[in-house]
Amino acid sequence: MAVSSVSSIGTTNLVSRARLLWALWVLAAIIGGLGFLERLLHGDQATDFSSYIPWGLWVAAYIYFSGLSAGAFLLAAATYVFRIRVLEPICRLALLLAAVTLPMGLLMIGFDLGHLERAYLIIIRPQFHSMMAWMVWLYTAYLILVVAMLWLSFKSVQPGRNPEAVTNDRARVRVLAIIGIPLAIGFAGGVGALFATLAAREFWHSSLFPIFFLVGALTSGTALVTAVVSWQWPSRDAAWKDLMTLLGRMLLVLILIDFILELAEFMTPSWYQIGSFYELTRYVLFGPYWYVFWLVHLLLGVLVPILLLAKTRSPVITGVAAALVAVTFFAVRLNLVIPGLITPELRGLEKAYSDPIGNRLIFAYFPSWFEWQVLLGAIAFGVALWYVVIRLFPWVFPNPAQSSEVGQ
Amino acid sequence: MDRRSFLKLGGLIGGALGAADLLVIGDALANPTADRITSLPVLDRVKAEPGEDVLIRMQRDLVRAMNKGIEKRRWGMVIDTRKCVGCHSCNVGCIMENKLPPGVVYRPVIDQEVGSYPNVGRRFLPRPCMQCENPPCVPVCPVKATWKRPDGVVVIDYNVCIGCRYCITACPYQARTFDFGENWDSKAASGNDGGLALQTCRKYGQEPSFEYGAIWRRGEGVIPKSPVGNARKCTFCLHRLEHRQLPMCVTTCIGRATLFGDLNDPTTLVSQQATRNNAVSLKPELGTKPKVSYLL
Ligand code: SF4
Ligand code: SF4
Repeated sequence: MAVSSVSSIGTTNLVSRARLLWALWVLAAIIGGLGFLERLLHGDQATDFSSYIPWGLWVAAYIYFSGLSAGAFLLAAATYVFRIRVLEPICRLALLLAAVTLPMGLLMIGFDLGHLERAYLIIIRPQFHSMMAWMVWLYTAYLILVVAMLWLSFKSVQPGRNPEAVTNDRARVRVLAIIGIPLAIGFAGGVGALFATLAAREFWHSSLFPIFFLVGALTSGTALVTAVVSWQWPSRDAAWKDLMTLLGRMLLVLILIDFILELAEFMTPSWYQIGSFYELTRYVLFGPYWYVFWLVHLLLGVLVPILLLAKTRSPVITGVAAALVAVTFFAVRLNLVIPGLITPELRGLEKAYSDPIGNRLIFAYFPSWFEWQVLLGAIAFGVALWYVVIRLFPWVFPNPAQSSEVGQ
Repeated sequence: MDRRSFLKLGGLIGGALGAADLLVIGDALANPTADRITSLPVLDRVKAEPGEDVLIRMQRDLVRAMNKGIEKRRWGMVIDTRKCVGCHSCNVGCIMENKLPPGVVYRPVIDQEVGSYPNVGRRFLPRPCMQCENPPCVPVCPVKATWKRPDGVVVIDYNVCIGCRYCITACPYQARTFDFGENWDSKAASGNDGGLALQTCRKYGQEPSFEYGAIWRRGEGVIPKSPVGNARKCTFCLHRLEHRQLPMCVTTCIGRATLFGDLNDPTTLVSQQATRNNAVSLKPELGTKPKVSYLL
């Protein structure tokens, strides 16, 4: 772990903490690995989603991780493009986070497919009417782009590289960032559009949805970057403190904007308490999973972070607030996917014909242990990937000796 | 003509044509223009009579339609809710015909209670795929695994579908279900008849389905055998139509409440019923233009 500047007592604490985290990771990897195995051998059978609620935890996880990725990327790309000098030290870290979180999302959605082995068909016989085909194409382009940007920026910090080549590398990174911004906006909003374009689903069929997804991506991605900077930044100096203050302020604004959009999204169609959207809002707020909205999202993901961020400039507390936002954002994603599916499209369909074997013809859903297991596996995979890449490429954390990467 | 002779007649027609057709069906599906001109002389000898069973009339309509090119016919269905008694025979017939596993259903019969106690009534709404003229389930598919045929039937290519279930979320009638790979034998009845139940369920699980005129043997596994892992839906029994047989649900309906035929031909029973002023379609406001309508 890259944390170093602490006292000797702190060091023993750190060692035991590292051991604990390591043990937790091994546990998660074993549980998750068993989940992966189960998924490969028996498909989606042990899931609780069904024919009537065909998308569940994994789809929510997919939009959550891809949102984190797009948000982290946009932060980095905006810094390159607009030459935001103060944010420049975190660019590579943000890019790397983007490159790690997207594969986590793709893993989840891959496992969600009934025929994973045919996924390549989206590349060789795409139907470009389909928002989903667009998504896959945009992701692929985006992943290549992120890797190219990381590679160029890696080259530019190699010792002994001549200054002219470095300038060239940096110019190229900036061009790629310019290309990447519409790409990332496209897919972050596009994931929202994937849902919003379905006229059959009233809860999703709103023009605000893609925008809401985009802002959600920015909020959660910025929160993740902020949390990681707070936790893993090598030097705890004044510059780091300033950086944390700035990130904290940005995050605060983003949480507020996201919350305003959320109010608009839920309140506008249900204000007069009539219509099916109102029923769905009631389901989110007062249904069986009310706590996902009130406790996980509103309390831990909005109110507490707002209070913490508004009250303090402590980098550690800012980091805690950011971590809360980043983690609880999953609740927002769940509350966007599931409620869209919980009411029968035709009244009485829920009782028309039942499935005594797999319970696939009901309108109730709670993620099964197996689904959580696979999610845990994806998280363990992402964490491992993260630690491998920061070991391999320690240059994601800026070396104070190195010169500025943007603004040339 | 009484019921028994009709059944015999059906057997004759089915037997004769069935054998001859088996080989060509795959072709006809892969290549719609390979549709053949066929006639049923047996049926010609049964003169149309007033008051004859609607099944015979529809059988005639069906043969006539099948003798046209695929792009000239447009299959449709009319369900008379006043005649439907809610017996679920159509659903059961469909399940048996297509060897549907648990969790997959093409034609559930929705039982709706209307009014409030004590002033209540029931009405039944069998819900096949509407075979929408403008199907929202088609453009969402990322791999072009589902499309509308020239005769208006919306089909799924089981060998291409990646099982993303996007189409399932896009259908406003929830007419698509997902094959999770489950089988009836996994929770077969226990007790005295347990053994028999288990044996029967196992046997059922091994029966192939002939959807789309091919032979499908399901199976789960690292690479599931389609249609496991696919979206599935009502096909208007295309494989039976190729044999000049009416869709299974039409033949098992005890109330003669389900009518089927070519909507392009104004003389068919189904065309005449579909244009009555008590014919309605579900969710017309969405513009999906269902080819299944209901008589109220
Ligand atoms: S009823 Fe549903 S599955 Fe059938 S064609 Fe219409 S949208 Fe597609
Ligand atoms: S489930 Fe199959 S048919 Fe439906 S959209 Fe996905 S790939 Fe297409």
